[in-house]
Amino acid sequence: MAELQDLLALAPFALSEADKQPLFAAALGQLTRHHRDHCADYARILDVLGFDADVPHAVEDVPFLPARLFKLRRLQSVAEDQIHKVLTSSGTSGQAPSRIVLDAATASLQSKILTRIVGDFIGKARLPMLIVDGPGTVKNRNAFSARAAGILGFSIFGRNPTYALNDDMELDWDNLDRFLAAHGDGPVLMFGFTFMVWQCFVQALQKMGRRLNLDQAVLIHGGGWKKLADQAVDDAAFKAGLAQVGGISRVHNYYGMVEQTGSIFMQCEAGNLHCPVFSDIVIRDAHLTPLPDGQRGLVQLVSLLPKSYPGHVLLSEDEGTIIGTDDCPCGRPGKTFTIHGRAAMAEIRGCSDTYGGK
Amino acid sequence: MSESLQKYDNAFIETFSVDKAALEADLAYNSIAEWDSIGHMNLMGALEDAFDIAMETDDIVEFSCYSKGKEIVAKYGVVL
Repeated sequence: MAELQDLLALAPFALSEADKQPLFAAALGQLTRHHRDHCADYARILDVLGFDADVPHAVEDVPFLPARLFKLRRLQSVAEDQIHKVLTSSGTSGQAPSRIVLDAATASLQSKILTRIVGDFIGKARLPMLIVDGPGTVKNRNAFSARAAGILGFSIFGRNPTYALNDDMELDWDNLDRFLAAHGDGPVLMFGFTFMVWQCFVQALQKMGRRLNLDQAVLIHGGGWKKLADQAVDDAAFKAGLAQVGGISRVHNYYGMVEQTGSIFMQCEAGNLHCPVFSDIVIRDAHLTPLPDGQRGLVQLVSLLPKSYPGHVLLSEDEGTIIGTDDCPCGRPGKTFTIHGRAAMAEIRGCSDTYGGK
Repeated sequence: MSESLQKYDNAFIETFSVDKAALEADLAYNSIAEWDSIGHMNLMGALEDAFDIAMETDDIVEFSCYSKGKEIVAKYGVVL
């Protein structure tokens, strides 16, 4: 798997889009053949769609699976005795959680790639870390939630992890005061889920009329905007709130799916989400036809990381728009995009239906 | 045994409740339930405290087993 190995060894933003695409398409072909050869269910899907993985295809022509398929069925490309961990998503109410089968190699690759992507934005030094969550979230090792996986995945970037909240999701002032006394005047890393950061940190501080000195903090947050969109809080309002309660000005949102853990898209200094060399994004209309840059549609994510399960090409349930290619003011090459939030349920059903009949 | 090696071993023994024989067999990440991703960050914290060092993220990801870890801490001037 030459192209696949070559790409996975690169720095996240080492290639322009023109240099990346031929390599990426070849690597994706290798990965698709791997899953065809190691997952009977996946081979059947390709078969039904009449897709020949042995000939070259453009990225957008490789069949995508709806991400929710992993909620309905456990798909794996690895033998039972090689399974290292089965990751489950937190499962929105009324839905079964996704089950993602990881072997040791895929789990290790996820950590390595995540490290490289995030390092490009925050550097290699590990800063004292303030986690906007409760300590109980990561305690249950057997019921490993996507939230715990996120906290643990990002813990690599921090030192002396301190939880800003207690297990009732209220500000833990003992912890906060201790953390601020020890590290408040220097650079620190903050991590949390978007909604928790807003409700349990920004709004909680606003209600109390407290302001913290976190001028040198860099905050990484992710997990979706759905609940904030309901409150009409957008990226700009979110950032304004953080600046007000803590002087926090370096804020990076990240986007990604638990079905493609490790393969994340980071928001740059200019506010755009960036596609690294390890992944790709395609935007599709209601008929699932690829859309040009600048048009809003359903987000399809492609990642070269999933090897133990056939989750390398997935249609998400989110809507997004590609902003540009190789032209971000921050200087990083590749595609940039923005996410608008979840698509309406009717459209999602439409997608799955359409997919089955394609 | 040097004092540093004793400290290095103790970080594993105290974090994972293992005995010395397990270390001599080159204990590896994920080979025991205790050394999972949570245990890993606990071990990193214990080693950083013991030697007063701050490892880079790449080294934390590469720290795959007892012997590999010796090479990694050596990069931070720890003589075992």
